[in-house]
Amino acid sequence: MQPVATTFFFYFLSGLTLIAGILVITRRNPVHSALALILALLGQAGLYLMLYAPFVAGVQIILYAGGIMVLFLFVIMLVNIEKSQKEEQFNKQWVVGILAAVALGVLFVLVYTKGKSLFPDRVAQLPEQSNTQQIAVMLYGNYMFTFEIASLLLLVAIIGAVVMAKKRI
Amino acid sequence: MLEYIKSYLDSNTTPGQAGNLFWASVYILLIFLGLSVAVIAMNWLERKILAHMQVRLGPMRVGPHGLLQPIADAIKLLIKEDIMPSQADGFVFWVAPIVVVITAFTVFIVVPFGPTHAVTDMNIGVLFMLGVSSLSVLGIVTAGWASNSHYPLMGALRSSAQMVSYEIAMGLAVVSAVLMTSLNQTGTGTLSMIGIVQSQQVQQIWFAFKFFPLGLIAFFVFAVAMVAETNRAPFDLPEAESELTAGFHTEYSGFRWSLFFLAEYSAMIAVSSIAVTLWLGGWLRPFPHLLSGSTWDLVFSLLPGITFLLLGLMAFVGVFRMPKHPYFRVQTIGLAGFGVVLGLIGLLLFLPPVRDRIQDVFWFSAKVAFFMYLYIWYRGTFPRYRFDQLMKVGWKVLLPVGIGVLILTAVAGVLL
Repeated sequence: MQPVATTFFFYFLSGLTLIAGILVITRRNPVHSALALILALLGQAGLYLMLYAPFVAGVQIILYAGGIMVLFLFVIMLVNIEKSQKEEQFNKQWVVGILAAVALGVLFVLVYTKGKSLFPDRVAQLPEQSNTQQIAVMLYGNYMFTFEIASLLLLVAIIGAVVMAKKRI
Repeated sequence: MLEYIKSYLDSNTTPGQAGNLFWASVYILLIFLGLSVAVIAMNWLERKILAHMQVRLGPMRVGPHGLLQPIADAIKLLIKEDIMPSQADGFVFWVAPIVVVITAFTVFIVVPFGPTHAVTDMNIGVLFMLGVSSLSVLGIVTAGWASNSHYPLMGALRSSAQMVSYEIAMGLAVVSAVLMTSLNQTGTGTLSMIGIVQSQQVQQIWFAFKFFPLGLIAFFVFAVAMVAETNRAPFDLPEAESELTAGFHTEYSGFRWSLFFLAEYSAMIAVSSIAVTLWLGGWLRPFPHLLSGSTWDLVFSLLPGITFLLLGLMAFVGVFRMPKHPYFRVQTIGLAGFGVVLGLIGLLLFLPPVRDRIQDVFWFSAKVAFFMYLYIWYRGTFPRYRFDQLMKVGWKVLLPVGIGVLILTAVAGVLL
């Protein structure tokens, strides 16, 4: 089936993601922030779908929106929200923050103005039907070693978390 | 316009793939309607079957044998006052039931009721179903938190811990079934729901019986995890009424509560249809190769009609057992009418054109109905787990078994 109203969906999804992203940092209530983050992640999943990567979109929904964010909410709910809302929010990192934001902005402008020569101007036409298979070939064929190292890193993280959480092993 | 509608009938795909908006909308409406009817029927059946298991009568007053009880309940819920706790988080409280209902119904666009009887067929069908149904836990958690009350919060915490841990076992079981689509066969595996059933058709075996007993163990792991995923007995800790009043939906009343109810039952139907698709051959009829030939085809194609005729017959048995007092006259007539309607549906299903088209849908629904009966059976017989036992079963039994089955399936696929 040919895609319909591509422009509309692109702007709709990116707008959704951006607005939700702004809400994440402006809400005082951490639960509202977390919910806005979920919305941003879902918008991102929609953008992946538009890039003909349904597998990545599905994994994004399962892992981030359905798994990690549930754990986030789980932890936030154990915090006394009324108390945390009244406390003064302090961070002394705004200088670093502004520098990082400016650097990122400059990078965006550079990519937007000079991107034509840096990147190929055509999107790779991957067939949507074989997206899952192609990712599997990449992960378990071309980039097997990196993939295994990343999984080893995760295993170490799991063991570390268990060691820290348990008093006696 | 008429051309557009007719053009789909020649194509041999789902309306979503053919890109036909009209038929896609028709399918969505049909599925929505069917689901609502199924939820109403489940409501009545659950109360009746549970009651009979406990040697009670169950609902008997509203309509013959309480047949109109679900409708009466629905009307009661609609006209009930809608209460919101004073300190509740208004927006989240309002949006949580909607999230739960939307996720519970969205899942059904990839459920294959037949080779072409699905709204659409996605390349990532199983992944889509798991992902969207895992979003429903967000609705439950936020509902419990937004109520600003202790029991709902406890229910929400339990629910999130439980669903996150059982999702892993469920995912592992699903992966081992997906692995079977590619093994033993040239060609690649698939995640599409229709593709999975078709590969069972090609391999001439339901995946529950493939690599005996590996498929059966994976199916068992999924069958346990899916009960935990839908928060049903014996894993109904998020709404354990003896400890938490009603768990995460304690503060919800009226229409909002009925949304949770609707979502729970349609989620049950959704996970059952995943299980049916992955392990029990989806829309395929039993023994398509052992009992093949035109005679057996005819016998199996008559079964839907016979089922409805039997149901009608049961209604008539009920008519004759009704008390002969004039007070019961209206109820008796109503039950006889119900029996006649069931019998007429049964006769309609005997007509050859209807009979051929209804086959896939009938077998799929029959298998799902079997799972729905299992749900009620569990609730009637198993005592509720304690929370630490629940976690132990999830992490120390189902997860290792799931990983073991996955590895063994891969080994068996390479060796056999």
